[in-house]
Amino acid sequence: MIDIDKLWFSWQGHTGQPTLSIDALHIAKGEHLFLHGPSGSGKSTLLSLLAGIQTPQRGSISLNGTAIETLSAAQRDQFRADHLGYIFQSFNLLPYLSPIENVTLACAFSKLRRQRALAHQTSLNEVAHTLLTQLGLAPQFHQQPVNTLSIGQQQRVAAARAVIGDPEIIIADEPTSALDEANRQAFIELLFAQTDKTGATVVFVSHEQSLAPLFSKVVHLDELQGGADDLA
Amino acid sequence: MILLKLASKSLLNRRASVLLSLLTIAISVMLLLTIERVRMQAKESFAATVSGTDLIVGARTGDIQLLLASVFRIGHMNNGVSWQSYQDISSKKGIKWALPLSLGDTHKGYAVLGTSGDYFHYFQFGKKQHLSFSAGGPFAQANEVVLGAEVAKRLGYGLGDKIVVAHGMGKTSFHHHDDKPLVVVGILAATGTPVDKTLHVPLIAIAQLHGAEAVQVEHHEHSDHEQHHQEADDLIGEPKQISAFLLGFDSPLYTLQVRRNINNYQAEPLMAIMPGVTLRELWGMLAMVEKLLLLFSVVVLVVSLLGMLTTLLANLSQRRRELAILRSVGAKPWHIFSLMSMESLLISLLGTTFGVALCYLLLALAQPQLQAQAGINIGLQGISRYELMLIAVIMAAAWIVGLIPAVRAYFYSLHDGMSVKT
Repeated sequence: MIDIDKLWFSWQGHTGQPTLSIDALHIAKGEHLFLHGPSGSGKSTLLSLLAGIQTPQRGSISLNGTAIETLSAAQRDQFRADHLGYIFQSFNLLPYLSPIENVTLACAFSKLRRQRALAHQTSLNEVAHTLLTQLGLAPQFHQQPVNTLSIGQQQRVAAARAVIGDPEIIIADEPTSALDEANRQAFIELLFAQTDKTGATVVFVSHEQSLAPLFSKVVHLDELQGGADDLA
Repeated sequence: MILLKLASKSLLNRRASVLLSLLTIAISVMLLLTIERVRMQAKESFAATVSGTDLIVGARTGDIQLLLASVFRIGHMNNGVSWQSYQDISSKKGIKWALPLSLGDTHKGYAVLGTSGDYFHYFQFGKKQHLSFSAGGPFAQANEVVLGAEVAKRLGYGLGDKIVVAHGMGKTSFHHHDDKPLVVVGILAATGTPVDKTLHVPLIAIAQLHGAEAVQVEHHEHSDHEQHHQEADDLIGEPKQISAFLLGFDSPLYTLQVRRNINNYQAEPLMAIMPGVTLRELWGMLAMVEKLLLLFSVVVLVVSLLGMLTTLLANLSQRRRELAILRSVGAKPWHIFSLMSMESLLISLLGTTFGVALCYLLLALAQPQLQAQAGINIGLQGISRYELMLIAVIMAAAWIVGLIPAVRAYFYSLHDGMSVKT
């Protein structure tokens, strides 16, 4: 599902110090990966490579069978729209859209996700409504201004947006760091409940080791790092 | 479609600052359009003050002074034209009509013009329109007066009213001719020119107003009783001099020749001006003011556009989070660019529309005042092609200004990607 091969990336270009250098990383379909990355370990760089914002100077990243470094910038944007759900650490929502509109926004730039979302229900709003309810956001909050929601509620809306239209890969960048202990586990379990329905692969990045037991695979980013150095 | 929805929702979310930028644009558009419209109308009604007159003849003075005094009743002539010269010149070949003008008296601040009965027949304004009466008709007796539309309206005079004329200019005069009341026999239809602010009396009345001559004229009337049926003569009398006179030719080809002859007239120093040329000259002098006004409204527009730019740029740094979210759901950098430029375009579109509406509102409110005070008739006609072009230029300028934050947002979204640097 996700295959990283001899990845080498530096913010300074070809000659600089590598920010990220990974010999190989394989994540199977439907796997829940806990990527443990303390700050400075190249975590954000890896995420931006996975999301297709940046491309590696050397090596390959294959998502869902597509080597994304071979795509143009516009194609990578489209690939992200179609196949990737992304959850930020916090402030995931556009303040001027309702929770429902924030969820359906993910289908605005992808015809594929729109079609998939509408496979079982007749309107995107209905799909979003169902997802939000399943993720534990009570219906009375669905049309409220997002700034009146708690952080926990906002993250549930973000999770619903990431999974709507069944993208194959969900990337979550420390989505629970602003939540309290009890909410963290509940959030992760609800997220998994959704992704397991479609068999989506989850890449969950966090520096909180305590969450690791919830995942099927745990990788420490600093252990991966430096693997592709000798190839440089 | 989604972008338009996002743009409008985002604008609504920031309605306080958006409304301010919108309002400043609306006000500047209103100013620009209103000033332009008043300017065009003023120019038009200015040029329409007199038409069909080929030459204005008076004592030697400045071109503009002669025009101001004879047509606009502004200022006065130090010297006049002798009646002999008038008769001599007006009897020359090719001259179709001549209208003597005798100015210098007033009634409650309005100019009194002594002229011949031909005035109502030959005088033209606007697009060669003749004077017409809204009530009554031309004067037929020495003690009759025809009022301009505004004089009648403002002073509340009707047909048959008796009025008294003061000697000299100004509203208050020490020397009233209380013993010589004039009877209103006609009221002219409004022209939008200084004619509206004028009282028209027979030339002879002017003479009668001024003591000594009046006696002479009365004497003349008595002695030549047989010729009394010759009305025209009665109304003119035997003035010594007049202020100026208007000439109309059979063919405009005579104009330059006659003008040269008048300027070289042997018997007394005279000058002749072509009203069209001098009107243009005079407008040229006023054009400074008009250009300054235009400049100011353009500056106001620029300031309002800069205000919009400042607001958009200030918001932009707070909105980098928003851009990252949009990128994460697959928005391309050009989507971000379109979104941002759409926002500024929406602001300027709404601002301009609002500004046009405000302009019409302002004109509708100011119309009676402008008509009464300046004699400028502003119709609330539709938007002209020139104004449409002006609006298009404003929109284009606003759009170009709006491109600046859009370009910045484009590069932010390209570099930041989804990492949020705030």
